[in-house]
Amino acid sequence: MTSLHRDQQLLVGDETPWHAAAVASFVVDDAGVVSAANALSRELLPSVLPGALLADAAPAWLCATGPASGELDDRRYQARPVRLSDATCWWLLDDTDAEDARSELGLARERTAFLTEASDELLGSLNLQRCMDIAARLALRHLADAAWVVGPGGPRPVVVATPEGLRHSTLDHPPEEVLGLEEALLGFPPVPSRWLDPSGVPGWLAPEGFGPIGSVVITPLPGHAVAAGALILLRKPSSPRFSAAEEEIARLFAARVGVALSAARMFAQQASVTDTLTRELLPPVLHQLPGVELAARYRPASDTDRVGGDFYDVHPADTEDGESLVVLGDVCGKGLEAAVLTGRIRSTVQALLPMAADHLQMLRLLNTALLSTEHTRFATMVLGSVSRRHADVRLRLTSAGHLPPLVVRANGRVEEVDTQGTLVGAMPEVEAASVEIVLGPGDTCLLYTDGITEARGGPFGSEFFGEERLRRALAGCAGMPAEALVERIQMLASDWAGRTRPDDMAVLAITAPRGQHLTAVGGHGPGRYTA
Amino acid sequence: MTAADSVEETGSQDRVEQLWRAAVAGDTRTAADVVLGALADGVPAESVLLDVIGGVQRRVGEEWAAARIDVAQEHTATAVNDRAVTAVALAAPRTEPEHGRITVACVDGEWHALPARLLSEVLVLRGFTVEYLGAQVPSPHLVEHLHRTGPDAVALSGSLATRLPAAHATIDACASTGTPVIAGGAAFGVDGRYARLLGAQAWAPDARTAAGLLAAGPPGLPGVPGQPADRLPHLADQEYTMVARTQRELVKAVYAGLEDRLPAMRSYTEDQRERTAEDLAHIVEFLATALYVDTDALFADFLGWTAGVLSVRGVPARTLVPALDLLAGELRDFPRARRILDHGRAAVLEPATAAS
Repeated sequence: MTSLHRDQQLLVGDETPWHAAAVASFVVDDAGVVSAANALSRELLPSVLPGALLADAAPAWLCATGPASGELDDRRYQARPVRLSDATCWWLLDDTDAEDARSELGLARERTAFLTEASDELLGSLNLQRCMDIAARLALRHLADAAWVVGPGGPRPVVVATPEGLRHSTLDHPPEEVLGLEEALLGFPPVPSRWLDPSGVPGWLAPEGFGPIGSVVITPLPGHAVAAGALILLRKPSSPRFSAAEEEIARLFAARVGVALSAARMFAQQASVTDTLTRELLPPVLHQLPGVELAARYRPASDTDRVGGDFYDVHPADTEDGESLVVLGDVCGKGLEAAVLTGRIRSTVQALLPMAADHLQMLRLLNTALLSTEHTRFATMVLGSVSRRHADVRLRLTSAGHLPPLVVRANGRVEEVDTQGTLVGAMPEVEAASVEIVLGPGDTCLLYTDGITEARGGPFGSEFFGEERLRRALAGCAGMPAEALVERIQMLASDWAGRTRPDDMAVLAITAPRGQHLTAVGGHGPGRYTA
Repeated sequence: MTAADSVEETGSQDRVEQLWRAAVAGDTRTAADVVLGALADGVPAESVLLDVIGGVQRRVGEEWAAARIDVAQEHTATAVNDRAVTAVALAAPRTEPEHGRITVACVDGEWHALPARLLSEVLVLRGFTVEYLGAQVPSPHLVEHLHRTGPDAVALSGSLATRLPAAHATIDACASTGTPVIAGGAAFGVDGRYARLLGAQAWAPDARTAAGLLAAGPPGLPGVPGQPADRLPHLADQEYTMVARTQRELVKAVYAGLEDRLPAMRSYTEDQRERTAEDLAHIVEFLATALYVDTDALFADFLGWTAGVLSVRGVPARTLVPALDLLAGELRDFPRARRILDHGRAAVLEPATAAS
C-alpha cells in the first residue's frame, strides 16, 4: 500500500470532505498505482483501491493521460484529471442524463423539422393524388428506403416511392395478404402501427428491383371519421431496423398525411357536388344559328364566383326558316343566390318556348311563375326572336325593364332600339312593346347588362363607363365579327372598371354576317364570296 | 437550308399573306380554307399553327403598332385567327396522349389569349393532355382548378408587362399547391428574366421550346413558398404600393399640370381628354410595374415603344417629356421612381442610345 504524502493526506484522506464527495474520485501516482479512492469511487469501481495498479483494476478508457469518457455500469462518465504534485486526482462526472438530453434534443429538432416540412408541403394541396405523392416523397426522404401510400376510395389509389421515382397504380392485391393492412385501411380495430416479419410479407410488397426486405412497418392514415388509407414503410436489410422513436415519428407523420388526404378527398367530393348543382347555372355554350353570328361573354362580379345574376340563352328554331329565341337578362343581386334565380328563369323560359312567338304572353307567364315563388328578387330581360331573310337578319325585340339594345350598322352608325316594358317578378301585371328591326350584312345588335354601363373607373377613377361611351365604342366596332365585338366591349368595360368590378357583366351580339358564302354556287374553292 | 425547306418556307409565306388578308377582312371561311389547304398540302399541323397562324398574329401586332390597321381590325383579325386555330385543331390527326397533364392559362387581366391557345393545341399535337383555361383567369379559379385536376405543370402566358405583379401572385399560388410553372410570352422579357425573378420554375421563349421542355419531364417542383416579398426585397420601400394605390390621383395631378403647361389641352374634346388620360394611366402603370420588378429598362422600353407608336401617328415623342417631368415632381420623395423616370426620360430624348 502506497502511503500518501502528508499534504495529500490533508486533501484526500479518509476524514476529508473529498472522501464523502458526491462525485466519484480517485488518486493515481505517476507510477500508475492507486493511492486513494473516495467512497463513491469504491462503489463504482470496487477494484480501484489504494495499492492496486490502475491498468489492472479499471477499464481501459480510464487509464488515460487526459480527459476521457466512457461507460461504467451502463452509465456514461467523463473522467477529468486534476494534477497534484506527483500524482493525478481523477474525478468521474456522471454525464448520462446530459448526454441523453442532448441526443433527445437533436432527435426532437429533427422530428420537428420533418413534421413542419411535412405540414407545409401537405397543407398546400387539396388534390388527392398530389397529397399522396407528397406524402410518399416525404416518407422516402425521412423514414424509409421505399414507401407505399395507399389512399382512400375504391379502387384504392397507390403511390410507391423509391429512389428511382414514384410509381402510380391502384391496389390490385387483396389487402388481407399483408398482415395488418386490412385493419389499417378500415381504421378498425385501432392499431397505431405494426412491425411485420419481413419473411411473412407477400412478394408484391417489394418494389421492382428493391431486393430483400429488411424491415416493414404499417401505419394507418387516420382521416376524418373514416380511415384515409395506410402508409407502408420498407427498409433494406442493410439499413437499421425501425426504432421505437422512429415508429413514433412515423405515427405523427401518418396523422398529418391522413388529415391532408381526407381534406383533399372531401374537397373533391364537394367540388363534384358543386359542379353538378351549378352546371345548369353556368353561361351556356351558344348554339350557332345558320346564317346568323352569335357571340356572348360573361364575367361574374367576383373572382371567386363562377356564376352570377346575369344570364343569356339561345334557343334555336325547330325549322330552318323558323324563329330562334335569344334571351339576355339580369336578376337583381349577385352571387350564387342570384344565380339560382337565373336558373329558374332560364328553365321557365325553356318551358314557355312553344309560345315564343308572343313575347308579351311569355313575359306575363314568366311574371306569374316568379311571383308565385318565395323569391323576392325581380329580373329585367330582353327577348329577341331571330330569323334569317336572305342576307338579312330579322330581329323582334322586347325589353322587360332592361337596358335598350343597341344596333351598330356596318357603316358605324349606332341606333338605340326603342322597346320598353316593365320588369318581371315585381308587379302583378307586365306591359311591354316589341320592336322589329332588320340587320343587314355587317350590322350587329348588342344586348348587354348594366354591369357594362355601370362599370365605374376610367383613367380618372370615378366615372361610369356609361351608355354614351358604350355607343362610341360600338361605333368603332362597325363590321366586326360578333366574337371580336363582344370581346372588345367586355375588354373596354373591364379595363375601365380596373380592379373594382362591382357587378356581373354580360354581353351578347347578334350579327348578320358579311361576305356570305353563296351556297347556290356550292363550291368550296376560294374566291366564291359576295361582299 | 435544302431546296425542300425553301419551297416550304415560300409556301408558308404565301399562306401567311393569304391568311393575313382574310383575317383583317373578317373572312372566317377563307381563313379556314387557307389553313385546311395547308394541312391538305402536307404542312404539319404544328407548323400551320405556329408559322402560318402565329406568323399572321405577329404581323397583326406589328401592323397595329405601325398604325396600318385600327383596333377594330386588330380584334377582327384575332377573332378570325382564333377560328382558324379551331379549324386546324379539328382537322389535325389525333395524337394519342403519351405525356402528362398540362394546364394552360393566361395571367389574370391578360386579354391576348391566342398565344396560350396556340401552345395548347401544339401540346395536344405533341401528346399532352391539356386543359386550356383561356384569357382572364382569376387566380382563385386557377388554384381551384389545380386542386381539382392536379396537373403536372401550369403553362402561364402573359404578354402585358403591366400584369407582372398579377403573374407573380399566380406563380406563388401555383407553388402553394405544389405545381410547377413554365412561363412564356412577351411580359416575361425577351430572355425570361421576369419569369425567374418571380419564381417560375421554367421559361420558354416560344411554344416549340415550351413543348420540348415539357416533353423532357415536368419542371422541378417548387419549394414551399415563403412570403412573396422574399423574392423582391426592394418592395419594402413601399414605392410600388404607393404608386399603384395612388395611380388615379397621379393621373389627375399630371393631367392638371399638363393643362397648365399646354393651354391647347384646355380645348380638348371629351374623347381627347379621355385618350390623353388613358395614355397617362398607362405610363403610371408601367412605372408601377418597373418599381415592382425594380428594372429601369422595363419602363424605358415601354416609353421607347410608345414614342414609336406616337410618331407613326404624327405625334412627336417629345410630348411625353412634360408628363414624365410632372410625374417626377409628384414623386420627388421616391428615389427608385425618380431613377426609373430619369432613365425613361433619356430613352424618349435619345431613343438610339436607350435601345442599346
